[in-house]
Order: sequence, then structure tokens, then C-alpha cells
Amino acid sequence: MANQTALHGKHLEAGAKMVDFFGWDMPINYGSQIEEHHAVRRDAGMFDVSHMTIVDLKGASTRAFLRYLLANDVAKLTVPGKALYSGMLNEAGGVIDDLIVYFLQEDFFRLVVNSATREKDLAHINNEAKAFDVTVTERPEFAMIAVQGPNAKAKVATLLSAEQQAAVAGMKPFFGVQAGDLFIATTGYTGEDGYEIALPNGQAADFWQKLLDAGVAPAGLGARDTLRLEAGMNLYGQDMDETVSPLAANMGWTIAWAPQERNFIGRKAIEQHKAEGTFKLVGLVMEQKGVLRHGQRVVVEGGEGEITSGTFSPTLGYSIAMARVPATAGDTAEVDIRGKMVAVKVVKPAFVRMGKKVI
Amino acid sequence: MSSIPNTLKYASSHEWARDEGNGIYTVGITEHAQGLLGDMVFVELPDVGDAVTQGDDCAVAESVKAASDIYAPLSGEIVEVNEALADSPELVNSSPYEDGWMFKIKVSDTAELPALLDAAGYKNSIDE
Repeated sequence: MANQTALHGKHLEAGAKMVDFFGWDMPINYGSQIEEHHAVRRDAGMFDVSHMTIVDLKGASTRAFLRYLLANDVAKLTVPGKALYSGMLNEAGGVIDDLIVYFLQEDFFRLVVNSATREKDLAHINNEAKAFDVTVTERPEFAMIAVQGPNAKAKVATLLSAEQQAAVAGMKPFFGVQAGDLFIATTGYTGEDGYEIALPNGQAADFWQKLLDAGVAPAGLGARDTLRLEAGMNLYGQDMDETVSPLAANMGWTIAWAPQERNFIGRKAIEQHKAEGTFKLVGLVMEQKGVLRHGQRVVVEGGEGEITSGTFSPTLGYSIAMARVPATAGDTAEVDIRGKMVAVKVVKPAFVRMGKKVI
Repeated sequence: MSSIPNTLKYASSHEWARDEGNGIYTVGITEHAQGLLGDMVFVELPDVGDAVTQGDDCAVAESVKAASDIYAPLSGEIVEVNEALADSPELVNSSPYEDGWMFKIKVSDTAELPALLDAAGYKNSIDE
């Protein structure tokens, strides 16, 4: 029996097409994935992301623990509420997971990790936390709703109390705040403005209905994937995994090399990757007919790589992809599409942000 | 539960065929199939005049999710293709049995017809 989120009934009520997503029965779309995609780019859409795993870390040494556990450095988090994106690496420098960490209090940080990697993440975190006397608590009693799009914040505001509105007023990107029963964060996976809101399971269906009534369109995992790919955001398990160096997954910006004396898991390995050089993750654009797909072979100057994520971009009207290729790649490449070599452009892996084309 | 008109013949690979008289059959994909594929973004059709053989791939339906081969349900010659799909591939989603048709075959061998399923047979094959 697949796991169900607190919003499962709302999805069925809306006629969603449900699919198995790593053991969770989740909506892939509510009719048209493309219309849901446009709703997020042009107005406001919402995703049930309750399957994601919230993990609270408590203890006096939590910051020291996270400075060892993560490749990015939580020393950057000096203001309560501030969040950071990071890879969690293994000793070989492979990516166990990518996650967001929130600094709430000096002895209290919150992680949001992927659901597909929940078990191995928890095992790894628990194992490493022992030495730091940090308590690790999963929070399955929370549902999570991502409300995204240019009008998302204004529509959420109609549901908030005066105190909650004051709590989120002027909140910059990548912050989270506990406001009454809601944990409201200015994060997302779409390249648009908006919130990710964690709330008790028992309140989730009612909150979802109020968002529907406020004109927020429900959007499924299908639209979530095309939106994140347009925004150039990695999908764990597809664009990187334990066999891939973060340097070969466009995650170099998330590695805090300084200070030199900070030892974090995987540091030695990725220092070696850096010295030896790695493949790189690039963006591909194909303006002619057809769709780039995961696994297709990519021929570039100096060698071959493959597409890690590919799709039709509803915003641009043609196909885009992320591909891992030799660092020698130039501005063009050829993709093997069902036996036919098709010329494509090579760009930075970000295609659309805040509703606008960025390539 | 998707619509499966009684008036059509079906291939287990999810194509439908409609008898237009004079040995001409219109071909498309079923409502069930378009639901599985999701939003259609490109449809690559055969050329008029192409000879096709029952069971051969002769078109490609590309949805946001996947590229899927379309197989000729009957052997014969392609006599017409649905040009409207070039600009409006979503017709395959919104009207799979009417505006979203793909091509017409002038059938060369009517002995192949019994190999196709009727509505009840197709319904069983997709287990709805």
C-alpha cells in the first residue's frame, strides 16, 4: 500500500491522475500538465510536497555537526530563519542528497530532504550525529504545500492572520519563519516567487481548499518537473547521485571551500576531483521539432556525454535539457535522438526565471 | 474510465481505426493512450504515399512525458495525414477520436481486419 499525504483526498476530489512516486501515491497532473505549468509562470499554482522529509536537529553542537555533514557551510547562516542549499556528500565525494537547511536557533536547525532518499539520509544523518550529541527527529506530522508564481504571495496573504502577515512582510528569498501553526519559507523549485509552507497534517486539506478558493491552481509532479528544469534546478537521482561529483552536477557554487581548515565529509575526494577536472553539467537547447530525453547520447568537442534531464519547455515552446559532458565542450553539440544526430546549442543550465527567458 | 466507441476497431498497441468506406480507414490513438502519454507536444506523421505494413511503426507521438511509436493497424498506402496536428498537437488529447485523428490508410488487405479488436476486446486488453 502506497503512502498517502494528508492531501490525498483533495487530489482525488480534483480528478488528479495519480502515480506511484517512490512509494507515495501522488498527483502527476490534474488534467493538463502544460496548463498547470503556465499557471505557475503566469499567476499562481500549488504543489503537494508533503512527501518530502522534514528533519529537525537539536543540540548545542548542531552547527558544528552541520559544518561537518554538509559541503556548503552553515557558518554563512547568521540570522535566524536564514536557509541554505547544500549537497550532503559521502566520503568518495558522491552526492547522497541535496537539501535545504534552515537556521532557527543556535541549538535548532531544520533540514528538508528528498523523499526518495529518506531512509539512507536518515541513516547517514543519525550515524554521523552521534559524535556531536545532536538529536535527529523526523517530522511526519507536517504536510507541506509549495505555492509558487508571480501572484502566489498575494494569494497566500489573503489566508493569513495579521500576525502571520507581519511575520512574512519583507522576508527575503531563502528565509523561513514559524508564524502561528504555519512554517512559511521563501523557497521553491520553480524559479518563481512564492512560499513553501509546512503545517500540521490535520489543517492541510482545509488550507489547500482555501488556496483553491483564492484562485491558486493545483499543479502536479509533471509540471513541477518542467518548471524546475526550465529554472535549471537539479533533480536528485537524475542529474546527480552517489556516483556523481557535485563538480560534475553544476553544484560547485554550493561547495564552501573556505575556510581551508573546515573538514567536511567528502572534502578530500572533491579536492581531488577539482585538481583532476571533471565532466560538467550544461544546458542544451533544441529549437527544431522533437524532445530531448533523459539518457540520450550527446557528442561534443572532445568526447561524449549524456542527457540527464530533458523535456519540452512549455514556456519557450521548444525542447531543453541538462547534459553531463566533457569539460572541453564548446557552444554546440549533437544529440542522438532515436538514431538521428541532431544539432543543439550548449548554454548555461538555466532557461527561465521569474517568467522570463534567460538564454 | 475512458471512452471506447463501439463503432471503431482497435489494436492492442492503442491505435483505433474507423472504416470510411472504399477501403479507407482513419487512424488515431485511443483516449486511454492519450491519457497515459499526457500533453502532446509534437506529432511526427508519415508522408502521403508511404506504404505501411500492419504492426510497423509509422508515426511518433511526443508528449511532455515520452516519445511513443504509433503502429499501422492495417497495411496499405497513406492517403491523407492530419495537417492540423502540426500546429495543434493537443487535439490528440482533447479529441482523440475526431479532430485528433492522425492519418488515413487505403487498405490493401482486408484479411487483416479480424486481427483487430472490437471495443469490448480492447477494453479487456487495457483492463479498465
